[in-house]
Amino acid sequence: MAAKVEFQVPALRPYPYVPDLVPDSMKGKGPFVAKPDFQTPLGFPGPLVDNWQEVAIEKMGEMLKKYRSLRVYLDVCVRCGACTDKCHYFLGTRDPKNMPVARQDLLRQVYRRYFTLAGKFFPKLVGAKDLTKDVLDDWYNYFHQCSQCRRCSVFCPYGIDTADISMAAREIMDSIGLGQKYCNEIIGKVYKIGNNLGLPEPALRNTLEGLEEDIQTDIGVPVRFPIDEEGADILLVTPSADFFAEPHIDGLIGYAKVFHQAGMSWTLSSYASEAGNFGMFIGSYENMRQISLRIRKAALDLKVKRIVFGECGHAWRVAYSFLNTLAGPFDFLDPKYPVPQHICEVTLDLIKRGALKLDKTANDHRRITFHDSCNVARGSRMGDKPGGQFFIPREVIKASCNFFYDMPADTIHDQTFCCGGGGGLLTDDLIELRVKGALPRIEALKHVVDTHSVTNMASICAICKSQFTKVLPYYGFKMDMIVSVHQLVSTAIVL
Amino acid sequence: MVLTAIYAISFYLATLILIGGLAYKIIEYARTPAPLKVPTMPAPLTTGGVVVRMFEEVVFFKSLFRSHLKWTWLLGIMFHAALLVILLRHLRYFIEPVWWWVVLVQPFGKYGSFAMIVALLGLLGRRFLVERVNYISNPSDYLMLVLLLVIGASGTMTTFVAHTDIVQFKAFMLGVLYFDWQPLPADGPLLVHLAAVILLMVIFPFSKLLHAPGIFFSPSRNQVDNAREKRHLAPWALAKFETSRGTPPQPSV
Repeated sequence: MAAKVEFQVPALRPYPYVPDLVPDSMKGKGPFVAKPDFQTPLGFPGPLVDNWQEVAIEKMGEMLKKYRSLRVYLDVCVRCGACTDKCHYFLGTRDPKNMPVARQDLLRQVYRRYFTLAGKFFPKLVGAKDLTKDVLDDWYNYFHQCSQCRRCSVFCPYGIDTADISMAAREIMDSIGLGQKYCNEIIGKVYKIGNNLGLPEPALRNTLEGLEEDIQTDIGVPVRFPIDEEGADILLVTPSADFFAEPHIDGLIGYAKVFHQAGMSWTLSSYASEAGNFGMFIGSYENMRQISLRIRKAALDLKVKRIVFGECGHAWRVAYSFLNTLAGPFDFLDPKYPVPQHICEVTLDLIKRGALKLDKTANDHRRITFHDSCNVARGSRMGDKPGGQFFIPREVIKASCNFFYDMPADTIHDQTFCCGGGGGLLTDDLIELRVKGALPRIEALKHVVDTHSVTNMASICAICKSQFTKVLPYYGFKMDMIVSVHQLVSTAIVL
Repeated sequence: MVLTAIYAISFYLATLILIGGLAYKIIEYARTPAPLKVPTMPAPLTTGGVVVRMFEEVVFFKSLFRSHLKWTWLLGIMFHAALLVILLRHLRYFIEPVWWWVVLVQPFGKYGSFAMIVALLGLLGRRFLVERVNYISNPSDYLMLVLLLVIGASGTMTTFVAHTDIVQFKAFMLGVLYFDWQPLPADGPLLVHLAAVILLMVIFPFSKLLHAPGIFFSPSRNQVDNAREKRHLAPWALAKFETSRGTPPQPSV
């Protein structure tokens, strides 16, 4: 794949719209393949092993015994078609292999051939296929056109989750030496340096000091950004993009101001300076666990009482749903608080207790809509009621802003569209896919821009923020249209 | 008598394959752990809530209803509901005396066959007509509908077109059940009907019909949302990563 890709940005359409098929429109080599150097630290071989076919089938057999989801999902699909118009990548690219069921079938056809009687004896009848190089190429290409957003699973009568299937497929490919450069290089950086961006401790300290100085200059208040402070109450784990990317950093400033006003004692960790867990993207339980254990170690070393996560979608899914499993039990923390907590839970609780002074009019130049990040919406919860992940961030926004408008109902909450850059696809070698995959979300955004003159879209995910910053201009919107939720809090808070 | 023997023996074999095959798959699903909490959120916070969620899925096809394909939902519900009353009606061939509620179901089951055929034709039609559904359909997806149509049409014929000697058929069925074979009426539609049913029983555990038991094991639908409150650990993860029960994992550097 060439570094510079030429492609046509899709025209915005009236929503909802189900396109005709354009077979093979996204056929290609997929994202850059990880060099062996990036495979080794994760425990994977590289490059592609000689007997890859044999190893892949063996790995698949092993995973079928370890994951009920895989076993059940590969068996039970009836091809009803409910998922076929649900994937943002399908809606944006019209490639039929981006229909969730067709994507699953890439793995299912091989499962049937090697693991079911019907596929062994009547392959043509049931659509079973040998694992050939062509099939492997399709795997690599199309399992890296899934952002694991789970939207298809909402509508499947059996709850078949393509995210689980694509994670399994990536794990199988990693085990034969065919890893994706972007994800695996990043996981290596976490092991070596502590965060996805490879930001070393001195640079991190420097950045935080700079932020303290900036705020002191701007508003004359000594808001602190503590790091590695043993004995602090709260360990804040946040995506490393929060330390330097826009608009992420404005969110980080927001968390710091909230903690400052509430008089809470908190700290960042230079060892666990990353909330994101790319182990999930590659479906690797072991790598996901290794990354999670860093947070446990940081919490133990810093002797904190609580763990709070910053705005990060996939991080929050791993944190909420898997952290206890992978790195628990957290019986050494204060049992009064859930482990972990989301920063929005903390902030809303403070707002409700009257601990924060917010001036909504400070945000009157903004008319806000909220983008439910896919992994928060469909992979996690906030608060103590189902659906808290939808209402809590919105309540935080509404407490900070006067003008809030939701996008159409079938594009928010658990029907939200992925930003187009999730699941390990936020890399420039996939820019065409990212732009096209953002289309359904942008169409819904356009709707509220037209009907309610919305000026900004708020998000609680580092990937969403980076993705929109990059793709909004392709559709004629300004890149700074995307804002952090705690950026709005930061604007409204009166210190 | 040869015909009777062939059908009787086929019924025994098909029943063994159906029950054995399904038991094998169900045990396999039940024994395979789900190592991570992956319910599609928002999810129920209690087991009772999961029972309600599962009920809504199994009885009302709630998730399917939420998709854009209202026709698929309607045809799907129509087919499954018709199949249910038809199956209940068929109980009368396996029991003597016939239970009162099976008598009540009789007229619904009798005319339900038309609803089933209409629904199946609709489901088959969309495999040809809807481009996306056409793309994802395998030959087996069409043949499954054709097989069900053959069952429905031949069965309907035995009632409404070429009336089968139903008393003699019931004697045959009870004879199969109690190992005291009685002659099977050699009516064309009936023989086709029974052969197709036997075929369906045989392919059930090897086909997508596994969606029937499978849905109950789907982690995205059957898990409780309580990951923060209760530690969820698969046996293989426990064995691999945590040396002794109850001991927290040692953080590795």
